[in-house]
Amino acid sequence: MTTERNIRLTVNGKAYESLVPVRMTLVDFLRGELDLTGTHVGCEHGVCGACTILVDGSATRSCLMLAVQADGANLMTVEGLADGPELHPLQRAFQRNHALQCGFCTPGLLMTAYEFLRDTSNPTEEQVREGISGNICRCTGYAPIVQAILDVSQEAG
Amino acid sequence: MKPARFDYYSPSSRDEALELLGQYGDDAKILAGGQSLMPMMNMRLVRPKVVIDINRIAGLSHITPRRDGGLAVGAMTRQRELERSALVLETAPLLSLAIPYIGHFQIRNRGTVGGSLAHSDPAAEIPAVCLTLDTEFELASSGGERTVKAEDFFLNHLTTALEPVELLTEIRIPQTVGNWRWGFQEVCRRDGDFALVGAATMLHLDDKGICLEARITTFGAGGTPMRMDAAEEYLSGSSVNADDRSEAARLVSDALDPISDIHASAKYRQDVGGVMVRRALEQALLAQALPFNEGEDAA
Repeated sequence: MTTERNIRLTVNGKAYESLVPVRMTLVDFLRGELDLTGTHVGCEHGVCGACTILVDGSATRSCLMLAVQADGANLMTVEGLADGPELHPLQRAFQRNHALQCGFCTPGLLMTAYEFLRDTSNPTEEQVREGISGNICRCTGYAPIVQAILDVSQEAG
Repeated sequence: MKPARFDYYSPSSRDEALELLGQYGDDAKILAGGQSLMPMMNMRLVRPKVVIDINRIAGLSHITPRRDGGLAVGAMTRQRELERSALVLETAPLLSLAIPYIGHFQIRNRGTVGGSLAHSDPAAEIPAVCLTLDTEFELASSGGERTVKAEDFFLNHLTTALEPVELLTEIRIPQTVGNWRWGFQEVCRRDGDFALVGAATMLHLDDKGICLEARITTFGAGGTPMRMDAAEEYLSGSSVNADDRSEAARLVSDALDPISDIHASAKYRQDVGGVMVRRALEQALLAQALPFNEGEDAA
């Protein structure tokens, strides 16, 4: 039985090698094995967006991937955004706009916004709202999150 | 661990995958994009003994023009690639129009065209589009290949013509020659949710705007997407004016026999199914090929 496999992958620029059970989801691997607990586990069936990370540059639900599937992949999690003590512009904009309250959805929203802004220059508010529609926040009512993302696009723009 | 125990294979070739399928058949599940299978495994609604992950097989992901002017799409092509493809927009604009309705962009980054078809959710967009475009599917097993038309592929709720030993490898969308127009409409409670009901249409018009052929598909209103024969026949030869569109919508509502569930009543799906068809027809009359901007997000 192939119930365990050895995988090698890069997370936030750092190489890892690990023996993982084949049925372990990628998010459980990041949190439980690599101790990268910034990525949050919400619904575990792809609906809430809390576990969104970048897999080879594409925003992906890490609860809907097996850790073994990430063998050879290059991942980026919320821990990879800041440069040492220097927050990423997205994180600064979230802070400035009070775009988080409990913070549970924040890692997924940041990673979603990261890909969204990379692919969409000077987005409209409507585009931002559609871009983050796959991420659920139960605190903010979304308005400050939308504003934070618009802020960053204008800084960059 | 969320999923129940399974044995995992990640074949690197199509033949290897087909051999495994031949060996395990019903005990195995194919893991493509995982955007439907993984939630079901996480909730243990599905407990396959064997998972065959086809993500590492080269040659299953492509968008290729065919010699006859149609389009071939590999089963592992990500939905996001279709969404961004200028070739799809030129050759099968109905597909380009429908793709952004699938889940959210994070889902489309991973979800595949073949996965959506093999899973065959009655409310899914790609099956409805394939039925409207008279698409053919290539199904492979270790014994060989066969081609199945979309009209013969969708059998019932989450049930297709795929045998347990077969793998969907490619879809072939025929070229639509002449003045074709297209429309796609669906209604759901929130952006990205499963459609409560929806409609896709293709209209072939002559120079005077008379309809030579009408194709109308509803989805989310039965176990599979369905072609609406009575409305298609009615519109053929008409100018698809406002009265014709209303009559087509009425014929569609009459033909539908949907179920009630917690999301919507049968009556709602029946009535709104007609409305979706009417709107898709209106949209089709306005539809024209648009230039594709490479750098812009089609969503």
